[in-house]
Amino acid sequence: MAKLNINGKHIDIEVDGATPLLWVLREQLGLTGTKYSCGIGLCGACTVHIDGKAVRSCLVPVSTLSASKAIVTIEALSADNNHPIQQAWKTLDVPQCGYCQSGMIMAAAALLKTNAQPSDADIDANITNICRCGTFNRVRRGIHLAADINKRGRS
Amino acid sequence: MDKERINVSRREFLIHSTALGAGFSLGLYLPFSGNAFAAGGVAPTVSSSVPEVNAWVVIEPDDTVVIRIARSEMGQGTLTGLAQLVAEELECDWAKVTTEYPTPGQNLDRDNIWGSFLTGGSRGIRGSQQYVRKGGAVARQMLIEAAAEKWKVPMAECHAVNSVITHRPSGRSTTYGKVAAAAATMFPPDQVELKDPKDWKLIGQPVKRLDTVDKLNGKQVYGADLKLEGMLNAAIKACPVFGGKLKSFDAAKVNNMPGVRKVVAVQDNAVAVVAETWWQAKTALDALPITWDNGPNATLSSASIEKMLEAGLTSKQNVFVGNQHGDVNKALQGAVKTVEATYGYPYQNHACMEPMNATARWTRDRCEVWCPTQNGTAALQAAVAAADLPISQCDVYKLLIGGGFGRRGFHDFVTQVVTIAKQLPGTPIKLLWTREEDMAHGYYHPITKCKLVGGLDASGNLTGLHVRISGQSILAAVNPKWLSNGADMITFQGLLPEGEHAISYTVPNLLVEHAMRNPPVPPGFWRGVNINQNAIYLECFIDELAHAAGKDALEFRRKLLADQPKSLAVLNAVAKKAGWGKPAAKGVYRGLSVCKTFDSYVAACAEVSVDAKGKLRIRRIVAATDPGYAVNPQQIEAQVEGSFVFGLSALLYDECTLKDGAVEQTNFHNYPSMLIAEMPKVEVIVMPSGGFWGGIGEPTIAVAAPAVLNAIFAATGKRIRQLPIKDTALRSA
Ligand code: FES
Ligand code: FES
Repeated sequence: MAKLNINGKHIDIEVDGATPLLWVLREQLGLTGTKYSCGIGLCGACTVHIDGKAVRSCLVPVSTLSASKAIVTIEALSADNNHPIQQAWKTLDVPQCGYCQSGMIMAAAALLKTNAQPSDADIDANITNICRCGTFNRVRRGIHLAADINKRGRS
Repeated sequence: MDKERINVSRREFLIHSTALGAGFSLGLYLPFSGNAFAAGGVAPTVSSSVPEVNAWVVIEPDDTVVIRIARSEMGQGTLTGLAQLVAEELECDWAKVTTEYPTPGQNLDRDNIWGSFLTGGSRGIRGSQQYVRKGGAVARQMLIEAAAEKWKVPMAECHAVNSVITHRPSGRSTTYGKVAAAAATMFPPDQVELKDPKDWKLIGQPVKRLDTVDKLNGKQVYGADLKLEGMLNAAIKACPVFGGKLKSFDAAKVNNMPGVRKVVAVQDNAVAVVAETWWQAKTALDALPITWDNGPNATLSSASIEKMLEAGLTSKQNVFVGNQHGDVNKALQGAVKTVEATYGYPYQNHACMEPMNATARWTRDRCEVWCPTQNGTAALQAAVAAADLPISQCDVYKLLIGGGFGRRGFHDFVTQVVTIAKQLPGTPIKLLWTREEDMAHGYYHPITKCKLVGGLDASGNLTGLHVRISGQSILAAVNPKWLSNGADMITFQGLLPEGEHAISYTVPNLLVEHAMRNPPVPPGFWRGVNINQNAIYLECFIDELAHAAGKDALEFRRKLLADQPKSLAVLNAVAKKAGWGKPAAKGVYRGLSVCKTFDSYVAACAEVSVDAKGKLRIRRIVAATDPGYAVNPQQIEAQVEGSFVFGLSALLYDECTLKDGAVEQTNFHNYPSMLIAEMPKVEVIVMPSGGFWGGIGEPTIAVAAPAVLNAIFAATGKRIRQLPIKDTALRSA
């Protein structure tokens, strides 16, 4: 039995504690926006936010979580696709196949939370998700654009 | 090009009208609206029963235009591009366009009305552009005719713009949605005229993709995400040694593990665990004792393959000629200077981000498969063969693909899932591979080596070139019927005398040969196919020749391209934009590459630096492409940039090595992919010269690696002739 706090809801779930969060999200909660690709923390497709930080959910056994840790998945990043990262991604047509993009978006959103105007070097250091379609240059532009959208929103 | 006049066949009309008569159009709405698919992008959004105008176009009373797309979307943007082509001729409101996939079974029932479902060879647009535009034009005519009939005016007095039909003399107007039902009963016109390209309004525009929104919020349903009522999940392991078999497994050891429902043998070489969740299935599979019969390839290794290929570089056995003119031996003997070099390219995996998967439900009288596939028709054939049912009782529903790159033109996973589902009749089974399984059982980019010998005359002109490729044929493994008198002509991609993969250079004496050597590792089509290595072989060697001749690499190429104005144009474009001939920033060096492939003309200029410790940085790549017509320039840019990530990952890191008959790489730690930090700035020049249709998804991948390798030589004086660069020391001797 695990007690989780996912997308603002408290959830009690019958599950073997060794199960990675990724599979609880995907198979037990139907939140399939969080993707499986490598299963060993290397690709970032499974990135979610835990207490605001980008975390690769394939490496997190549910036994290590508790109701006090706030988990946010791509489905709840924004109410209607209007997070600045999502807006920027749409403006620039960032996704190709899209399979890596949930993770890419969650990683980028977490970066903006701690660093409102990331430099290219900050992006290089923090965005380590794999994208086999090769959307990197649009991802980079997208993060800069989202930072601008945020700034305009604030001023 | 002027307007194209296209005949509409009677046969097509008959099918169309009988189809309506039989209520067929209803059957076209894929049988899963309202379930898990409702959220997914390409999934049918149409749930009403309005009849289609024709096979390509359905128009709802609210003016929503549903365009049917036969080819598969895997990120390359074809879905949007094809819709643009139909919509251009249809004259519909682009803002109201949505798409859906017909199924391969429906295509079969309707006598192939949607043409080929194959999505590969950069053919999505160029292979279907004419008939899909025709589909749009025919539908437009029928809609106009329906309006004219309603108004009792001559059709010639009416025209359509943006889904609105207007009767010019009276100024009366109506919309497509209002006349669509009537249009569906019209005879299609005998002839339609396609627009003159200069009148295109939508083709050539950088419109936004139609499939983006659901990819931003997790709603897009990929094959791996599919959930059907009562579905169970399967994890699979096949014998890691190629050609090996399953000997036995001890199901009793895992039968009581949580969620496990069944452990089944799959064909003669694999075992799968079926459980309530996939994680349970995978956990049990990891615990399952399995014994393999490793079979005849148990000692296969990279070293033994290397030996086989090495021998092929000089052997006379099983050698095929791909291109020959003049007398190369004489030319080389008479040369003032000869240059010789041997290159090599390894096995590589596609490593699509979405691991292989498929879902199937099998009963005694029906088999249905849901899967990401690059070829719905081939997926259907695989399902039929495994289901042991007539084709009329099987169908395949395609899902958006989380990366294809050629891998999903093969359907081993469909065969497997149907084989499993057959052992649990009536229960939908979703099979998902682990990344490890995906690495172990690819259809790998084939391995080759290449020895090149070139001769220069006293003024440094190239007088003779001998290219000897030794290595694996894709076609011999995939379908020997595609060989031409034993030769695999695709092996010569970019080196052929003519056609979509013709060599760009005019060399007076030329011989290109292939010693076919086929190790027992399954080869497949991998984004770019054989142009990846052939462009490296030729373009790096041309650089070696230019260097030996003491000539500038651009000038040397220009001379050889004198007869190829389109190739020359793309090369000149990148040289100009990159500033070739002008000094680069301190420590920055340039390299060039040009080729023609998939009927497009492409070139690149790369800028790199190599620091004192030998660390390479690829800083910038200027790339030009002339695809004839450019349907969506911003998507072309995305494809060029994206293909560089694929091609440069291959250049820098990717290699599948063999030990004891199995691939040694297992996941992204030993098969890395490039990250954003390594991504160069990419400047794309799209320069469509018109009059032909070239491919987009693959061509430019070919020029990235050789341009970078040539730039590395400029920076270090070191020729890298074996991929990947990996740990090759760039600064030591
Ligand atoms: S699936 Fe978690 S990092 Fe790749
Ligand atoms: S968009 Fe396809 S893997 Fe990133």
